[in-house]
Amino acid sequence: MKIIYHFGRYLSLLKKVFRQPEKMAVYRRQFLVEVEKLGLDSAGIVAIISVFMGAVLTIQMAFNIDSPLVPLYTIGFATRQSMVLEFAPTIISLILCGKVGSRIASEIGTMRVTEQIDALEVMGINSASFLILPKIMAAMFIFPFLIMMSMVLGVIGGWAAGTSSGLITSFGYIYGIQSFFHMYDVWYALTKTIVFAFIITSVSAYHGYHTIGGALEVGNASTSGVVYSSIAIIFSNLILTQLLLA
Amino acid sequence: MIEGLNISKRFGDRMVLENVSVRFEQGKTNLIIGQSGMGKTVLLKCLVGLFEFEEGKVLYDERPFSTMSFYDKKSIRQEIGMLFQGGALFDSLNAEENVMFPLTMFTKMTLAEKLERANICLSRVNLENVNKLFPSELSGGMKKRVAIARAIALNPKYLFCDEPNSGLDPQTANLIDELIKEITLEYNMTTVVVTHDMNSVLEIGQKIYFIYKGKIWWEGNRDNILDTDNHELKAFVFNSELTRRLRPQ
Repeated sequence: MKIIYHFGRYLSLLKKVFRQPEKMAVYRRQFLVEVEKLGLDSAGIVAIISVFMGAVLTIQMAFNIDSPLVPLYTIGFATRQSMVLEFAPTIISLILCGKVGSRIASEIGTMRVTEQIDALEVMGINSASFLILPKIMAAMFIFPFLIMMSMVLGVIGGWAAGTSSGLITSFGYIYGIQSFFHMYDVWYALTKTIVFAFIITSVSAYHGYHTIGGALEVGNASTSGVVYSSIAIIFSNLILTQLLLA
Repeated sequence: MIEGLNISKRFGDRMVLENVSVRFEQGKTNLIIGQSGMGKTVLLKCLVGLFEFEEGKVLYDERPFSTMSFYDKKSIRQEIGMLFQGGALFDSLNAEENVMFPLTMFTKMTLAEKLERANICLSRVNLENVNKLFPSELSGGMKKRVAIARAIALNPKYLFCDEPNSGLDPQTANLIDELIKEITLEYNMTTVVVTHDMNSVLEIGQKIYFIYKGKIWWEGNRDNILDTDNHELKAFVFNSELTRRLRPQ
C-alpha cells in the first residue's frame, strides 16, 4: 500500500512540475546552471571510470578468449559492444545516480527543512516547477553527451590497456571496434540514458521535496533518493532492453 | 485587513486549531502569542496558504483567499511579504540577489532598477556593505534583516513574521521589533507577528491574540495585557522575573 501512496504522490508532484513555468527567462538561466552542476561537474568522474572500465573489459576479454578459433579482433568488438550497449548507459547512469541524485535530494531536502521552499510558495512561485523542472531538463539534455563521452573513452581505455600489455595489436583492436557496427545500438543506449536521466532527477527530487524534519531526515532523503532511483534504473533497463532490442 | 474565520485544522487525530477567528487590522502590528506547541505557527501558515485546513476561511481585504485556486492566489501572494523563523534566505544567492529575487520573478525591471531597489531595501533595514555576502556569511540578526528587506521588496500590503526574534540577543531583537513597527507604519501594511517574546509583546503589540490549546483564549493589546485576569495568559505573561516585577499590585 505504501508503494501505491508514494507512486501517487510522485505522479502528483510531476503534474505540479510540468505546469506552466512562471518566467521562462529565469527557467532558462536555471537550466544552464543545472547543465553545469549536474553535467559538466560530473565529466571528470565519468571520464576516469570509463577509461578504467574499458581497460578492464579489454584485459578480461583477452584472458577469456583462449580458443585459437576466435579471432583476436573480437576483443575490440566485444569491448565496444559492452561499452555502448550496457556499461556506458547503465553503469555510468548508476554512478551519476549516486553523485547527482544525492546532490538533488539533499539540496531540495535542505531547502524544505529551512523553509526556503515555503518562502517560494508564499511568494506565489510554483516551487516544484521552479526547483525540479530545470534539473530534469538539464539532465535529459546533458547526460547523453556524458554517455557518448564514456563510450569513446571506454574504447580508448581498452585500446591503451590492450596494446600496452601486448594482448592485442593496435590494428587488431581498431579492426574489432569497427566490425559489425550498427548505429541503432547507439540510439538504443541514448534512449535509455534519457529515461535514466529523468528517473534520477525526478525520483531524487521527489524524496528531497517531501522531507520533513531536520539534518537526519535530509540524510535519509538523500539515501532514499539514490536507492529508489537505482532500483528504478535497473527495472526500467530490463523493460527498455526488452522493448528496444527484442 | 486580514480575517480568519472559524479556522479548524487537524494533523491526523490531533486537533491543532479549533474554530479560530481572528481579524488583523491595516497599519497595525498584530500579534499572535502563546506557548510553544499551541498552534501559533500553524495558524500563520493557514493564513498564508501554506497549510490547507478542514474548516473556515481566510479573507484578504474581503477577497476569499482560501477558496481560490493556486493561480488565482498568485496576485494576493505577490502582496504578501513573509519573514520566516530562520530567515529562509536562498543559500545559493547572495544578500543582494536574495532581495532582488521577487523583483526578478514578478517585475520587468532592468538589472540597474532591481539593484537600486535592493539597495534601498537593504539600507532601510540598516544593512550596508553586505550585498555580496552569502547567507552562510551573515549573522543571525543580519539574516533576519535581509529577509525583511526581501519581504518588503515588492511593497507588500501584508507582512507576516514567524518568531522574528528567536535566537537573537535582546538588543538585536529590539532592533528587529523596531524595524517591523516602523515598516508597518511606513508602508501602511497589515502586519501579523507570531511570537512568544514578552518584550516584543510590550513593544509592538497593538493588537494581540493569545492562543492556548488551539483556541483563541484572549484578545487585547499591550496596554491591557498586564492587567489581565485570564489565568492561562497570566501564567504566560508573568513567567519571568522581569515581567513579574511589572505585575500590577
